[in-house]
Amino acid sequence: MFNIFQYGFIQNAFVAGSIVAVVTALLGYFLIVRGLTFAGHALSNVGFAGAAGAVLAGIHPVYGLLLFTVGAGAVISVLGKRIRERDVAVGVVMTFALGLGILFLSLYHGFAESAYSILFGSILGISQSDVVVTAVFSLAIILSLVFLARPLMFSSFDPEIADARGVPVRALDIIFLILVALAISVAMQIVGVLIVFALLVGPAATANRLTPRPARAMGLAILLGWTYTWLGIFLAANTVFPVSFFVASLSFIVYLPVRLLSSRWWRRGLRGGNVRA
Amino acid sequence: MQDSIILENVGVRFGELSILSDVNLSIRAGEFIVVLGPNGAGKTTLLKLLLGLIRPSAGKIQVLGRTPRRGNQAIGYVPQHRVIEPETPLRARDLVGFGLDGHRWGIGFPGRSRRETIDRALDEVDTLSLAESPVGLLSGGEQQRLMIAQALLTNPQILLLDEPLANLDLAHQQEAVSLISRICKTRGASTLLVSHDINPLLQVTDRVLFLARSHAAIGAPSEVINNETLSRLYGLPVEVARVADRFFVLGAEL
Repeated sequence: MFNIFQYGFIQNAFVAGSIVAVVTALLGYFLIVRGLTFAGHALSNVGFAGAAGAVLAGIHPVYGLLLFTVGAGAVISVLGKRIRERDVAVGVVMTFALGLGILFLSLYHGFAESAYSILFGSILGISQSDVVVTAVFSLAIILSLVFLARPLMFSSFDPEIADARGVPVRALDIIFLILVALAISVAMQIVGVLIVFALLVGPAATANRLTPRPARAMGLAILLGWTYTWLGIFLAANTVFPVSFFVASLSFIVYLPVRLLSSRWWRRGLRGGNVRA
Repeated sequence: MQDSIILENVGVRFGELSILSDVNLSIRAGEFIVVLGPNGAGKTTLLKLLLGLIRPSAGKIQVLGRTPRRGNQAIGYVPQHRVIEPETPLRARDLVGFGLDGHRWGIGFPGRSRRETIDRALDEVDTLSLAESPVGLLSGGEQQRLMIAQALLTNPQILLLDEPLANLDLAHQQEAVSLISRICKTRGASTLLVSHDINPLLQVTDRVLFLARSHAAIGAPSEVINNETLSRLYGLPVEVARVADRFFVLGAEL
């Protein structure tokens, strides 16, 4: 049962999955507090179309992914300044990308298998060089987030005051979505779109329900991301079911009771500062 | 005393629409000014001019001897109340902390002096006991205080408050007014407070700035809020009734 760890591809899966879990947890926190979960979801779908286009054009999927997700991220943040406008912009951009995805799919025969691997990942088929690429990109994204941390927080919670204080709010909007796009592009071809999205939203959503302290919420989201990834790989390696299924299900199974119970302890215990959550 | 804000022949146009035209005024250091006027008269626009968020289409503005610029730490700004979702993952202390270093790059590590500075600001608006509470669970009045504490963290010489009384009931309005006037006095900061009602502020205000139809009138409350001045500003007959030391404006929207 535990002898799966002697296989190189399982070790690679653990390492790559763990790195992806850190990046997605941090981006996920901001995605949620900025009200951008729908945009994150859309970028994953847009990425699928990009990858499909790249395969059709005979180039490496990552180029299509980068082009489509970064482009869509920029378009979404430029078109949608307010939240309501933004969701409309996201919807329009996403359906256009999905339309393109369908077109590429129909033009390329025998594509079904590639599409399957993009959508649901091939985390158990990760090479050592994949791990290195993931690590390099992830480190770059994490360092960017560290540099942007305070202005990004400020503009997430109060863009109006941040603007008056000289924070480049619009530029941060665009840079943040581009970082999300980069993370999705890199992670998607390694762990698959479903795991990316499950890890982007699930851990941070659960963590935000458990503590009002931003640093703690991010740390907790990373721990949850690791737990889902490790358990998912472990369970998949010992059964016939795919990793994506386990990661997505674990994320949901933990989120559900936390979501249902949390409104109670938010209202009761935390009020007045008598409980230091 | 020195003037902290000077506007000379200032005009603001958005395309065909004139928001402010030919506004002249000067505000002294430490002065408490209530900004009144109907919706769309340019009250918020005036604040944004001072913050450097929009540029005047005509005239000159001086804030503490300089042209307005974004990110001016000498100005503390509290915008109109915005609903904060109940389950926002942010504590009162975090929200106030944005005022200290939210604009700086990097993570910023928690330290004792940072903590004490934030505690002092929380204490100044009587919310120290709420420091660890999630902001979304606090009342509108408590959130308002936190926003004021946040604005105070740079030790501003000018405070701009956009409708801080709008979402408060009468008792809380009185509390907020005495808190704001206390801060204005102890810190000697010039304060511009936008409101729809002068009455709760009569005791604390030095002068009133009345904006209507893109024009402005400034002076002591009884100099501005009278039949003649308001009729001229609105361009229609306006009657002011004074009952028990309270002003009631009849015939015009305030």
